[in-house]
Amino acid sequence: MRFAKELALRNMKRKPMRTAALIILAAFLAFSVFAGTMIVMSLQRGLESYQTRLGADIVAVPFEARTKGSLDSILLQGIPGYFYMDSQYYEKIKNTSGVEVATPQFYLALASAGCCSIPVQIIGFEPETDFLIQPWISQSYSGTVGDGDVIVGSDISVPLNHQLRFYDTDCNVVAQLDRTGTGLDTAVYANMNTIKQMMKNAQALGFHNFDGINADKVVSSVMIKVAEGYTIENVANDINIHVRHIEATPAKSMISGIGEGLSNVSGIIGILTVMIWILAIVILMIAFVMIANERTKEFAVLRVVGASRKMLVRILRTESALISVIGAAIGAGAGCLMIFPFTGAMRTRLGLPYLLPPAGVIIGVLIGAIAISVFAGWMTSYISARKIAGNETGLILREDA
Amino acid sequence: MILKAEKITRQYIRQSRNKNVFMAVKETDFTLEGGQLVEITGRSGSGKSTFLNMLAGLLAPSSGHIFVDDTDIYAMEDKERSRFRNLNMGVIPQGQTGLQSLTVLENVLIPCKMYGDEGKEEYARKLLDYVGIGELKNAYPNELSGGELRRMSIARALIQSPKILFADEPTGDLDDENTRSVLRLLRKTADNGCAVLLVTHEREAAEYADKVYRMNDGVLTM
Ligand SMILES: Nc1ncnc2c1ncn2[C@@H]1O[C@H](COP(=O)(O)OP(=O)(O)OP(=O)(O)O)[C@@H](O)[C@H]1O
Ligand SMILES: [Mg+2]
Repeated sequence: MRFAKELALRNMKRKPMRTAALIILAAFLAFSVFAGTMIVMSLQRGLESYQTRLGADIVAVPFEARTKGSLDSILLQGIPGYFYMDSQYYEKIKNTSGVEVATPQFYLALASAGCCSIPVQIIGFEPETDFLIQPWISQSYSGTVGDGDVIVGSDISVPLNHQLRFYDTDCNVVAQLDRTGTGLDTAVYANMNTIKQMMKNAQALGFHNFDGINADKVVSSVMIKVAEGYTIENVANDINIHVRHIEATPAKSMISGIGEGLSNVSGIIGILTVMIWILAIVILMIAFVMIANERTKEFAVLRVVGASRKMLVRILRTESALISVIGAAIGAGAGCLMIFPFTGAMRTRLGLPYLLPPAGVIIGVLIGAIAISVFAGWMTSYISARKIAGNETGLILREDA
Repeated sequence: MILKAEKITRQYIRQSRNKNVFMAVKETDFTLEGGQLVEITGRSGSGKSTFLNMLAGLLAPSSGHIFVDDTDIYAMEDKERSRFRNLNMGVIPQGQTGLQSLTVLENVLIPCKMYGDEGKEEYARKLLDYVGIGELKNAYPNELSGGELRRMSIARALIQSPKILFADEPTGDLDDENTRSVLRLLRKTADNGCAVLLVTHEREAAEYADKVYRMNDGVLTM
């Protein structure tokens, strides 16, 4: 109704301070709902993608891996690292009972490369036995990864001619992977032949990090899938007892450490979000009710000149709707400004996998956040409007008359 | 249009005096016809405003009925009664009653605009000129004196050319000259066929009225 809108706009204009305060409140509500939900969702998605990436039941690494930067720091935080063990351990692990599949991986760290401003982790896998990397790669690349071929994470910039050079080794980029929100986004994947060639070239170039390592005779880790009928813990224990110098860890315990940290963080953020939410709704409600009380006399006047109860409700609701729509739009906008530019910072700061949901979900949350604060304004105005309209006009008129 | 009150009473509960039930208006019959200007005087607190508000459909009587041409106004739905009041009843309430965020002219136009009637600007200006505050039309209520505000609410009550006009001490804050001009306006409104109920302390008002009642502790007498 035009009259309600006109009156609402005039009221807002004539009381700019009050209007601004209410808009800020509504903005705050929308902001906290949007940003809070976004962070929680991103953390959860990050963890999910990490779990599917890791995908093994047991991870076996040499003892030295514990000091040289552990596997999850390589995979999760993208900190390049390397450690090696004799290939014979791989053979021993493979023959342990209860091991259905075992596949070796080979890690090579690269301090700097032409392609990248950040250190890069190179991960080699054995195409014949690999059950982790290839299924994932197959989502973006259907061919085989031949000698000299590499597949790169989403954060690596690929030149137009698809050629990258690592340690004097020319590589052909055959595919780029989807974003995972983990350190894997800066990783490069190659088959065993390619990565071992890279190490030999690095040694020829005089990199002392790899002194005394015979590339053909070592691997970095062994990823294990446990056969049906065996428990993961027992198989891991078996390996630890029978194969010396290495440490086998159930992958779940690695992830659950992260998962715990993650659910702590997202739990805290979730609780904070809800608290801010309740607080903002309560304040908004008190504010609208106070305003309505302050104006009972004006509403009585409207009744005197022929406004129905419904009309009063509509006038009050129009005003609160205008305020909360404007506020919510500002709040959601501010939420976007905070969430998107700082995604990278969030990831490194939290040290946790952090992956924004797809655009459709983001838009949904955005709309939801706006809808929630508009609804809060609407509800509170409804309460105060009911209160005003419920009183007998003749009684209100007498107040301070 | 004829306004008829049948055996209406109104009681209030007074919290301050041990929850006593207090009869502000005792059982009264009353009739108001088009073309008449009826005056009610009486001491402060005698129940005049209570009585007027009941007749105007703003305060439900504790018992009894009020009819306008055979329609019981308190039997109507709120929406219906509101629109009825908007079209047929002008009310000048006691006290200050401007909407702070609207100008004087806009305040006068509220009754029309509220139901989407946009064509009354010219008439509103004429009414404001008539009550002597034409040059204040773009001012806001907080910039007006008590008497000017009272005249604004008179113009607002007349904008829809009502069939019944309720005026609760419309000359309360006015000087002699303005009092006379308002009384003349009310008389003229009655002469044009409107039924006018005037609650006032003004001695002079009797000269303009067709009937004068007196309210005494909730009892209405001639
Ligand atoms: N809401 C209320 N609750 C309790 N008592 C009330 C209420 N409204 C009015 N009264 C009492 O009813 C009586 C009549 O009030 P009313 O306003 O009708 O008087 P009045 O004749 O209009 O007085 P005045 O000339 O001062 O305007 C007064 O004694 C008043 O105290
Ligand atoms: Mg009175």
